[in-house]
Amino acid sequence: MSAATRELARQIRVHAVQMSNQAGCSHVGSSLSMAEILAVLYQDVLRITPETVDSPDRDRLIFSKGHGCAALYGVLAECGFFPKEWLDSFYHDGARLPGHVTADAAPGIELSSGALGHGLPVSCGLALAGKRDQRPYRVFCILSDGECDEGSNWEAALFAPHHRLDNLTAIIDYNKIQCFGHVKDVLDLEPLGAKWSAFGWEVREIDGHDVDALRESLCGVPLQPGKPTCVIAHTVKGKGVSFMEDRLLWHYRTPQGDEFELAMAELEGQ
Amino acid sequence: MRNAFVKALTELAENDSRVTLIVGDLGFGVVADFAERFPNQFLNIGVAEQNMTGVAAGMAMAGRIVFTYSIANFPTIRCLEQIRNDVCYHKLNVVVVSVGGGFTYGALGMTHHATEDLAIMRSLPEMTVFAPGDPLEADAATRSAAGGMGPVYLRLGRAGEPVVHDQAQIPWQVGRAILVRDGSDGTLISTGGMLATAVDVADRLSELGHQVRVLSMPTLKPFDSQAVIRAARETDLVVTLEEHTVLGGLGSAAAEVLAENQSGVRFRRIGVPSAFTREVGSQEHLRRFNKLDAASILDSVLSLLDAPTL
Repeated sequence: MSAATRELARQIRVHAVQMSNQAGCSHVGSSLSMAEILAVLYQDVLRITPETVDSPDRDRLIFSKGHGCAALYGVLAECGFFPKEWLDSFYHDGARLPGHVTADAAPGIELSSGALGHGLPVSCGLALAGKRDQRPYRVFCILSDGECDEGSNWEAALFAPHHRLDNLTAIIDYNKIQCFGHVKDVLDLEPLGAKWSAFGWEVREIDGHDVDALRESLCGVPLQPGKPTCVIAHTVKGKGVSFMEDRLLWHYRTPQGDEFELAMAELEGQ
Repeated sequence: MRNAFVKALTELAENDSRVTLIVGDLGFGVVADFAERFPNQFLNIGVAEQNMTGVAAGMAMAGRIVFTYSIANFPTIRCLEQIRNDVCYHKLNVVVVSVGGGFTYGALGMTHHATEDLAIMRSLPEMTVFAPGDPLEADAATRSAAGGMGPVYLRLGRAGEPVVHDQAQIPWQVGRAILVRDGSDGTLISTGGMLATAVDVADRLSELGHQVRVLSMPTLKPFDSQAVIRAARETDLVVTLEEHTVLGGLGSAAAEVLAENQSGVRFRRIGVPSAFTREVGSQEHLRRFNKLDAASILDSVLSLLDAPTL
């Protein structure tokens, strides 16, 4: 089970590096940090299949860190939501998949994102409607750490516990790097867990590359009935490619030539 | 207009459990009955407009028809990106309602002057823009918006404006001007709360021997281009009236239509200049200050009517 999940995470990384290479774009580090999170969600957690993308009772994944879209497109293609060939033309003129998550680009995408701080309020609305209409679906929202600078998230962070939205789970991909450098140097979020906890969320801090820890937390939501869950996934930006790990450079740089070959070789060997 | 809106919305909510009202901690007293009668369709979200709009988008994604309600600029430009990205891009049934268009809250100061909202909302793709001119139009606009027509901006005035239309059943159609007075010497086109003033000016002009047409333009988008082109063809002068900057609102919309149709008609935008109104005072006072009162408009129109044609 865990081996299959790790293999899916590896495939997400392969797609992310290939897509970045073919597109001549980056944000590759942001996609690599969340591969296990997406693998666990799609393999073990989310009640959604390609056949149920329009079902009113499907679980919703709101992907708020839209710049990490290559990872989402990759996992959706791997799980059969659309043909893998679509990934080849990511970013290309006239193609389907743009450089930030866009709802009508492909089946299985709920919300267009890319402007940060939008996903959690929308997730709150979905969760509240689900509660009020007594629907069984759950809402999962993936945020980046830099995104937590946005005040709109903290409006939503106040809102969800007040309305006892225990059908809502926020997952923060805490890879510790944002556009100008390390999060602690740009605008320190710490103590991050204590902040969410003080707002009334049930917080779990885990290793975001440990598929067993992810599965245990995400399959167990709500971790506390009556409270929304916040999973702070400690991750490494660029995870899986040694020379990209914890390097700001790979928020901007496109893997090409030898670097691309080396990255692919590392991922093939895992 | 505010009362007509709340009354219509209450009736709509009773008949359609999807109709939901979210307020941003404003409307105290006004929405109390609604909140009590429809607890499952009401939410006071607190002073958090970005979250209000995002939550509305989420609830609309789940099938509801959601009205967000606040005053002046708070439900619009405070959360503009949520309106653009979350609501408009996804074509969701969210109706952004602002009470206090123009200088309704005049004496409260600059922060409460909503004088750019129409221009900004009109520029958003997928957005329908309503600025009703009296309680009858506000009622009709609310009912249209609640039908689930995608993103809507509904600019309301205050409570207690007079009914301007003579007939109880107005010829309401989304995207169509309403003929309020007919004439051929000129046309006054009004949007939002300027309608009563427009009719007042027309009546005074009539006493002076000038018969002008009055068109109410409660839908600013989609815009009734044909009504403007007809006015240019059939009357000698077109004047737009809006309690809003002259940039990007009704006057601009009319100018775009007239210019692209080579109308050649004499044309004047009457509205607020692109400047903050730093004067202190009531709506009436600030309208007068900006030459948006009936006497000032009458002077402007008379000078245009009397001016030699080109």
